[in-house]
Amino acid sequence: MLSSAVIVFREVFEVVLILGIILAATRGMPHRKKAIYLGFAGGLLGSFLVAVFMDKISALAEGLGQEIFNAGILLTAAAFIGGTVIWMKRHAHEMKSHFAKVGEAVSRGEIPFLSLSVVIALAILREGSEIALFTYGMLASGQSPASLIVGSLAGLIAGAGLGILLYAGLIRISMKYFFRVTSALLMLLVAGMVSQAMGFLTAAGAFEGMSQTVWNTSWLLSESGLAGQSLKALIGYTAQPSLIQLVVYICTLGGLIAAVRFSGRSPKKEIAPA
Amino acid sequence: MKKLLFVLLVAVLFSSFSILPAQAAEEFTLTIKNHRFEPETLEVPAGQKLKILVQNQDATPEEFESHALNREKIIGANSSAVILIGPLEAGTYPFVGEFNEDSAKGQIIAR
Repeated sequence: MLSSAVIVFREVFEVVLILGIILAATRGMPHRKKAIYLGFAGGLLGSFLVAVFMDKISALAEGLGQEIFNAGILLTAAAFIGGTVIWMKRHAHEMKSHFAKVGEAVSRGEIPFLSLSVVIALAILREGSEIALFTYGMLASGQSPASLIVGSLAGLIAGAGLGILLYAGLIRISMKYFFRVTSALLMLLVAGMVSQAMGFLTAAGAFEGMSQTVWNTSWLLSESGLAGQSLKALIGYTAQPSLIQLVVYICTLGGLIAAVRFSGRSPKKEIAPA
Repeated sequence: MKKLLFVLLVAVLFSSFSILPAQAAEEFTLTIKNHRFEPETLEVPAGQKLKILVQNQDATPEEFESHALNREKIIGANSSAVILIGPLEAGTYPFVGEFNEDSAKGQIIAR
């Protein structure tokens, strides 16, 4: 019972850190609730499907399908979150002062409304499929369903509670800094996801010339501990990053910062004459 | 800009496949049975590419996880999976079976 609580908590914990930031950052986006429900439904269904077909996925690409699949999920999520950050910057002004205008933008289809659903679904699917496989394994090895359910629920509630705390904390940030803080968090999240995707591709045999470990900080902060795990989920902390991970991390973060700066200027010019 | 970023991401993803390994790696086998690894200590040569074949003989899935090796991979019930690692520096690299961490523990020692 305790072990299932711990495992479920650990998996849920990573999801809620990501969801907490994304949900806080997109606060004020109209029709957001619908996008969230859709994302949760898609994520739960996806978790189940991935768990069922895990052996098939693994067998792809000469047994390296799982690595490529994980990398694909991370890169897709990163692309959508990156797109959302840039969109937010462009519309930050409207989101702060003219909520009605944002509503218009949604009805004109300018907001990648579905991207929020996609990001939520992918975040849930990644860890959810592991929870599904783990629970199935526990049941198959004869653990009593009652203790499994109690343990998993305890882990789920504890994890969700942390997510709610994070969300509540973030939305208390004053409007003056809100967009800056949430955009920074989202950009770090994207860089972390892309670098973790490089880790999976390295595991699939790619980037051979750049797979050497650059440094090792596991003595300082282990990835197995809660702090290390949080930083891994939030900013892509890796105790032993490879060269390709480091390079891609810096490029992604730099590229995003440049893109946000660049896209932040253009709308003002468009609006000013009117 | 968004499109550009996306194109960049896709380019990185695809370029990775063009540099897939060509040289053959030495193969080792790890077996999972009753939620334990066999052998629990796997000795491998340092400085070269390795292919670890993990055979899960249990009726339940397991997740091979090693922070030291930067690897995590689910191995389905009664199936096997390939994990590519190395070249490793000499040293000890612990790993666990995350779904049964109490019993499923082991280490790779590179010499």
